[in-house]
Amino acid sequence: MDKTIEILELLAGNCRLEAAQIAAMVDLPAAEVRRIIADLEANHTILSYRTMVNWDRVGKERVVALIEARVTPQRDVGFEAIAKRVGRHQEVKNLYLMSGAYDLAVFVEGRTMKDVANFVATKLAPLDGVTGTTTHFVLQTFKEEGVLLGDGEDDRRLVVSP
Amino acid sequence: MTDGVWAGKLNPTVRRLKPSGIRRFFDLAAETKGIISLGVGEPDFVTPWHVREACMFALEQGYTTYTANSGMPALRREIARYTAGCLGLNYRPENEVLVTVGVSEALDLALRAVVAPGDEVLVPEPCYVSYQPCTELAGGVPVPVPSAVERGFRIRALDLERALTPRTKALLLCFPNNPTGAVMPRPELEAVAELCAARDLVVIADEIYAQLTYDGEHVCFAGLPGMRDRTILLQGFSKAFAMTGWRVGYALGNSDFIGAMAKIHQYTMLCAPVMSQMAALEALRHGQDEMRRMVREFSYRRRLVVKAFNDMGLPCFNPGGAFYAFPDIRCTGLSSEEFTERLIREEQVAVVPGNAFGDCGEGFIRCSYAASVENLTEAFKRMHRFVSRYRISSSAGRPVPLDPLRRVPPGALADGETAAR
Ligand SMILES: Cc1ncc(COP(=O)(O)O)c(C=O)c1O
Repeated sequence: MDKTIEILELLAGNCRLEAAQIAAMVDLPAAEVRRIIADLEANHTILSYRTMVNWDRVGKERVVALIEARVTPQRDVGFEAIAKRVGRHQEVKNLYLMSGAYDLAVFVEGRTMKDVANFVATKLAPLDGVTGTTTHFVLQTFKEEGVLLGDGEDDRRLVVSP
Repeated sequence: MTDGVWAGKLNPTVRRLKPSGIRRFFDLAAETKGIISLGVGEPDFVTPWHVREACMFALEQGYTTYTANSGMPALRREIARYTAGCLGLNYRPENEVLVTVGVSEALDLALRAVVAPGDEVLVPEPCYVSYQPCTELAGGVPVPVPSAVERGFRIRALDLERALTPRTKALLLCFPNNPTGAVMPRPELEAVAELCAARDLVVIADEIYAQLTYDGEHVCFAGLPGMRDRTILLQGFSKAFAMTGWRVGYALGNSDFIGAMAKIHQYTMLCAPVMSQMAALEALRHGQDEMRRMVREFSYRRRLVVKAFNDMGLPCFNPGGAFYAFPDIRCTGLSSEEFTERLIREEQVAVVPGNAFGDCGEGFIRCSYAASVENLTEAFKRMHRFVSRYRISSSAGRPVPLDPLRRVPPGALADGETAAR
């Protein structure tokens, strides 16, 4: 496999891996790995290094909603311009253009349901080009970004075995 | 273990069997707090979900009965198809494939089917712990053939030839190897094959780690010219598919060998568990991607581990397969067992002493990298510290072991432990 892809896959799985560790794993000199990573950061291939948190564990008040938005595409720019305008709001966590019954899937996070409702009513729905919205609140998160929330599976192996 | 009053009634062969050299370290590690274990001979992945689900589905559908002695026909067909696909070898599902309770049972069956009392079996060492005992239980005489780190723990036809006698019946091969991780390149295996043909030896090839081969393709012994019918090929699900607890494996070979093994299996085991067979079927049909993902992960860790050992001054040759590294610890002046015991007591890291796998493993430890990168990294930090305490400069000779208490950092002992040996 291409070394760059290998490095990215390793970091995507665990961004705390150090360059020296990655270097050993993909069999490249550490300086070379550092250079590749720096390039990937500079050209915005690597966008950020983040921690996955189960917020329920610390009792943080937080709601997430999926808002289906129907949008009229604009001449020349299609959905691009409106998507950018929606995406710039910091309440919007994820944003996708969809096939099917609606156009934009907007994941919005707020402290309370009222926050989210407010955002839809005052920021999202009134945008030029947005012809309708349907809001679905998330009741419980089970899996995010490939990670199951919960206690995980214990290591049940014997400590020493042949 | 002290003999009780009934010991005299025991079969002398069983009575003479040495208990596994691993046991003592298991007990010590199990009672040590904060232990990081690199002593585990099984993958750290749980069985992939689709396989677990296939088993549950099978149970829901009422798959709770005996199966055909040799294994469910669908599974035998799938095994034959898989083997043809990845090894290019054809076995007839009706009489050349036997589904067993792990490679463990397959190994026992193969030895019992082939070995007559007094027959000698060549056992290259270091090797998996059950080869010698199973040979003895079958009435055979294991003849250890040591391999050396200088040759990457590969076995030479020449060394095998020297160990031959008129009673030599079989050769037990295991590459990729547990505990060393060694693999054999094709030309060297061909030399072994020539010897086997010339001396008419049966080969029992335990290739349970075949899929865990990292630099290049696995060379299957049965695939070498003229070796198919001479070889009993043992394969399993435990390692490659992370299915150790399911207890399912298989043997492939000519119909005489497989038929004989099936006869023993039929009387002693009846069949492998049906729900495990259903899970194995799913693993073969749909488990390749997941398996490749695990293999890639092992491969990354392997490089990390080999580098870590070499960096801490424990020379470690590059293992081409399995998930073990086998570094040389002689520069510490400690024996394998001393090293292992002190490492557990002083730094809470468990490994397995190399001599548990044969005398020529003395001076080495087996270190499994079926552990998370975080655990590996922390374990290496501790081992580095440990090794720098013990490393002897080349001129110093073997150190007089100090009173272990002096070396133990405060609080490092588990409750109720003393460092006195
Ligand atoms: C070389 C070798 N053969 C056989 C086995 C046993 O495998 P199974 O779980 O299929 O009985 C092991 C397990 O550690 C092994 O390392």
